[in-house]
Amino acid sequence: MVGGWAIAVHGGAGVDPALPVERQEEARRVLVRCLTAGAAALRAGALALDVVEMVVRELETDPVFNSGRGSALTRKGTVEMEASIMDGRGRRCGAVSGISTVKNPVSLARLVMERSPHSYLAFDGAEDFARKQGVEMVDNSYFITEENLGMLKLAKAANSIMFDYRVPLTGADTCRASAGLVADVGGEMQMMNGLPISIYAPETVGCVVVDSAGRCAAATSTGGLMNKMNGRIGDSPLIGSGTYACDACAVSCTGEGEAIIRSTLARDVAALMEYKGLGLQEAVDYAVKERLDEGKAGLIAVGRNGEVAMGFNTVGMFRGCATEEGLMEVAIW
Amino acid sequence: MGWAIALHGGAGDIPFSLPEERRAPREATLRHCLDLGVAALRANRPPLDVVELVVRELENSPCYNAGKGSVLTTAGTVEMEACIMDGNTNNCGAVSGLSTVVNAISLARLVMEKTPHIYLAFDGAEAFAREQGVEIMDPSHFITPENIERLKNAKEANRVQIDYTQPIKANSTNDQGDSQIGTVGCVAVDNHGNLASATSTGGLVNKMVGRIGDTPIIGSGTYANSFCAVSATGKGESIIRATVARDVAALMEYKGLSLKEAAAYVVEKVPKGNVGLVAVSANGEVTMPFNTTGMFRACATEEGYSEIAIWPVDSNGISEDSQK
Repeated sequence: MVGGWAIAVHGGAGVDPALPVERQEEARRVLVRCLTAGAAALRAGALALDVVEMVVRELETDPVFNSGRGSALTRKGTVEMEASIMDGRGRRCGAVSGISTVKNPVSLARLVMERSPHSYLAFDGAEDFARKQGVEMVDNSYFITEENLGMLKLAKAANSIMFDYRVPLTGADTCRASAGLVADVGGEMQMMNGLPISIYAPETVGCVVVDSAGRCAAATSTGGLMNKMNGRIGDSPLIGSGTYACDACAVSCTGEGEAIIRSTLARDVAALMEYKGLGLQEAVDYAVKERLDEGKAGLIAVGRNGEVAMGFNTVGMFRGCATEEGLMEVAIW
Repeated sequence: MGWAIALHGGAGDIPFSLPEERRAPREATLRHCLDLGVAALRANRPPLDVVELVVRELENSPCYNAGKGSVLTTAGTVEMEACIMDGNTNNCGAVSGLSTVVNAISLARLVMEKTPHIYLAFDGAEAFAREQGVEIMDPSHFITPENIERLKNAKEANRVQIDYTQPIKANSTNDQGDSQIGTVGCVAVDNHGNLASATSTGGLVNKMVGRIGDTPIIGSGTYANSFCAVSATGKGESIIRATVARDVAALMEYKGLSLKEAAAYVVEKVPKGNVGLVAVSANGEVTMPFNTTGMFRACATEEGYSEIAIWPVDSNGISEDSQK
């Protein structure tokens, strides 16, 4: 099927299998709402770049996912957000990191792309730029939720038990506190990026769109890894890792940030299409299967011909997609 | 097959009229760094160690845009960034926004080896540096008179530009005949095919405070895997959108191009005047293409080839090269 618009969204890969049903329903509702808004805009002829920004703003504003309000917390209990956006037409891009008072980091990333001579601004410099641009700014406490404060405590306890964060703990190694929290799947604790999956906040939200003119765009936003070191930058703001868009496709990734960076996951999907001639889903499958090694991640992608593709090697990924043909689906597992 | 090493001190609009007193120390540094790197490879040091030690040397030299000698932000301060990658494991480390750390590349390596993360920046990176006890100096240590001059000239040039969204003309030169852009980097491979890459920079003259360029972005300015190791230099914003370093390796792996073909292809696709790179392959090949006026560079292979150059090498031997 050639042509037509398509949109895909994600709310993070690496979902706790024991996530309560009402939380799953809540997540689905947010994804449906975002997809519906995105689809309506596309039907009205909106540009891909505008749609990805609008949808990610919606995801940032809602506290359900790990971006904007509801972001995971740094080890100091603060929020440091990052985001990036890329326009496949011309491969223009913008990114920000270390954002602590800007209500919508993805919009600031777009302003970096359109109103500054640079592609990436971070920390104080980015906040300064935000002030000068007159974007909506709030106190850092706005982004912090009760739930994440609780999660941070658990993450600190979990991190202090693990001597080598890369080695998955078996049930016998855990102390009582975290053992009770863990969804024991197949006799081994499910871990993501050094944390038991029940504590891990799936890193990132994202949106990829191809509009009715075949233009592709991608945007990704996150609060990052729970209990991360202050100053830690993950894959979300890194063009080629968490986000990528070109004439052929647009990609947004989520999961273990370090694994996504190492494998330059987003660019690899596009490179597999461009240099190896793979189709969109083939490229997505190949990247997830062959490029991640021990890493756990997922991604969503759209192609200029109106195709949608998704892939993940994690326990689940909050995701959804809609196409001009009338497809609309939302899934977690 | 055999070891190979290549290093650069930045690509840009380096004018042929570069005065002797500016050219000589830069060439001497390239020669010195090449000798250090070659000696280390001959002594069987792992490529990861080799690229780190060469880049440390380039950072310490005040005539290159990294460490001491870094260009200045619009606020007159130094914000350094660096990145290192191990081709064997794809492990990597990156830092940005450093103002007191003498060797950013070594801090990047510590991020890779001593934290669960890949990339630390600004206050968080500086705090980590102190925790690790790396050598730090007062920010004024890194600032040189030449860079104060460069910043002044860049600001004057900007005064003419009314449209703020137009990028600073990265290729503008000043009286001293120096390019406004630059970076340092080193790539190396040993005779077992182990690859590593390292890049370090002060960034773009008159850059906005907080601006991050291509250097610390894996796949843009720096990359290494089992096919090749690449370090890029030039206009950061162009290198990022072209994912230069990753693309060289991807072309080799996915399209079967040779190192030279892949590197040339990538450089050609970036707007003229914006990029240069050094790369080595697992087989011990070297390539150093650029689409700028010049690129400070040097390389050597176990087979005995070596080159130290600034401008394009041509058969008429116009440039100041030494080839064995």
